[in-house]
Amino acid sequence: MPEPVSNITVQMPRAKRAGLLLFFLGPAVAIYSLFSIYPLLATMALSTYTSDPSGARSFVGLANFETLLGDALWSKPFWNALRNNLIFFAVHMCVQNPIGIALAGLLSLPGVRLKGFYRTVMFLPTMLSVVIVGFSWNLILSPLWGVAAGALKAVGLGSLFAPWLGLESSALVTLSLISVWQFVGIPLMLIYAALLNIPEELIDAARVDGLGQFRIFFHIKLPLVLPTISLVSVLTFVANFNAFDLIYSVKGALAGPNFTTDILGTFFYRTFFGNQLQLGNPTMGAAVATVMFFIILLGLCLYLFLVQRRIRRYAF
Amino acid sequence: MRRTFKAALGAEVAALALLAGLASAKAGSLKIESWRNDDADIWNSKIIPAFNKQYPDIKIEFAPSAPKEYNAALNARLDGGTAGDLITCRPFDASLALYQKHQLDSVDSIKGMDNFSDVAKAAWQTDDGKTTFCVPIASVIAGFIYNKEAFAKVGVTEPKTLDEFHAVLDKLKKEGTYVPLVMGTADQWEAATMGFQNIGPDYWKGETGRANLIAGKEKLTDAQYVTAFKEIASWAPYLGSGFQAQTYADSQNLFSLGKGAIYAAGSWDISTFRGQAKFGMGAFPPPQPAGTTDCYISDHTDIAMGVNAASKNKEEAKKFLEWLTTPEFATIYANALPGFFPLAKTPVKVEDDVAATMVGWRQACKSTIRNSYQILSRGTPNLENELWNVSAQVVNGKLTPEAAGKQLQDGLDKWYKPTK
Repeated sequence: MPEPVSNITVQMPRAKRAGLLLFFLGPAVAIYSLFSIYPLLATMALSTYTSDPSGARSFVGLANFETLLGDALWSKPFWNALRNNLIFFAVHMCVQNPIGIALAGLLSLPGVRLKGFYRTVMFLPTMLSVVIVGFSWNLILSPLWGVAAGALKAVGLGSLFAPWLGLESSALVTLSLISVWQFVGIPLMLIYAALLNIPEELIDAARVDGLGQFRIFFHIKLPLVLPTISLVSVLTFVANFNAFDLIYSVKGALAGPNFTTDILGTFFYRTFFGNQLQLGNPTMGAAVATVMFFIILLGLCLYLFLVQRRIRRYAF
Repeated sequence: MRRTFKAALGAEVAALALLAGLASAKAGSLKIESWRNDDADIWNSKIIPAFNKQYPDIKIEFAPSAPKEYNAALNARLDGGTAGDLITCRPFDASLALYQKHQLDSVDSIKGMDNFSDVAKAAWQTDDGKTTFCVPIASVIAGFIYNKEAFAKVGVTEPKTLDEFHAVLDKLKKEGTYVPLVMGTADQWEAATMGFQNIGPDYWKGETGRANLIAGKEKLTDAQYVTAFKEIASWAPYLGSGFQAQTYADSQNLFSLGKGAIYAAGSWDISTFRGQAKFGMGAFPPPQPAGTTDCYISDHTDIAMGVNAASKNKEEAKKFLEWLTTPEFATIYANALPGFFPLAKTPVKVEDDVAATMVGWRQACKSTIRNSYQILSRGTPNLENELWNVSAQVVNGKLTPEAAGKQLQDGLDKWYKPTK
């Protein structure tokens, strides 16, 4: 058996080890600090300032956060955006991930033909630019020239059609589903890879014991890929609470109708950069960004402490 | 992550600023900052060559950004000291903020500034009206553009009053070939700018009402504002099916493809339609409500130009601004960009017939600017944003005209204290 790497490094001279560490970790630490940690800290610092018309900034402590959460003018749109964001996330969790799991399960079945083709086709939307996705779906669902109305009519369901993207009751869910359509490839790929990692012997043993494909999936495969599913959930959570581009490209920064599609990303954008006559407010925008960061941090902590620790991993 | 998004954006702006800075360092040459990237061609092939005929030594580069990013990118460049010499000015607060930060110079000393009326200059003045910091270039007029073929086929003529307007719409709807009125609410601003601000001035008597609103003598809950909302609420049955999801681009296409009869228009649409529409077009001003005699139009000051206070070539920049005040520039601009109307007092001959019709309304009607633009959109909630939101809701039938007025006034009352 070869000597474990840790023993090799322990036996090294101290200076050489430090040099080695610096060589391997230095670039990553430097780039990460410069482009992630520094902007994060700078944003937090900026959120404790306010600026006057001449552009001079003065320190105000936590006043921006008090305004954001305490003043109804700011807190109402903020809670509205947070609530919409939770709905956005819920749709992804309830639709995107189950579909991703189901498709991965189907693709990993033995004897499926054209696997590569399906995989590519299902992953393609993920690689499209959001602007193109937004634009295409805007056209597909357009009540004027979209194919959606005609397609529904062709199967006798024409009365079900509505201008979904423009109605307060349906705009947010419609946008969420567009986003699901675009990103379903990610859970699909991750779970598909995890499914392929399950040793054939386990499946064969189950088959010998008389289980069908359906029960094999639910009793053998699904429990084994749970760690990947939870990883996918975390990725979905982080991506959804940072989402911005699709809403912005389809509905604009004012996220209509009546702010029913406003999520934290668009709320942040409007605050930081302004909109039409509203001037951008970088310090308040930084406060919104900081709160978003803590919301995501809180979600991740909950996940780490409540879920991650209980997941059992199987070594094959 | 949000922060990486921001960092990336910041880095991009900084990189752009750096490149721009390197490009503009040459002495004696001027760089123009603008959001009119649509017009780059016209600047490069018509306007700048015309200027160079008189001033062959001054080199000018037109360097536009995308409209959506203009304000953010310009501010970053100005803060970083890399902005161009000439700054295209947004109306009101965005430019006022630049002047207050000492990033724009006063233009009062420029010869030819007396060629502009006070209303024309108002969008680029300090609140007391004493200092002007940008030379007005153009305004845009709101009204209705119609498809002449559709009118001929259905047998209707240009409506003068609101009653006639509704009669025309009814007839068009009954006939059924055309969408009677083309306007969508998906982008929200159409309902506010081409709806409320378009037909509204007749109700609140243009500048009189606008001034009273700023002075606190009128409220948005008053009858004149609520009635304007009632009028746009009554348009819903005449709009295309699914207008709630109809975007601005959809509206433009719907009309230029000949499927709509009347288009709630801004004059800036003319050049788009000229390129695409195959039918004859006409225009009529906002029809008058019953019982009114004076007519008012939304003749909104939209674009101007000032000097970067940090420019190294101020002499040359001022020569260019001086040239902007001449009828020569006004004529080139008005005809190269039909629908953008010069603000100088000297009348300009406009060749495009629809544009000429629209600018002709200035003779019969009184001009006013959009009432949410000056001072009233300075606080939170922002009146213009609110107006987009409630106007779209009123047309969608989700908000009553009374509730719309109340929401606007409540929002305004939260931060705006008129000086009495």
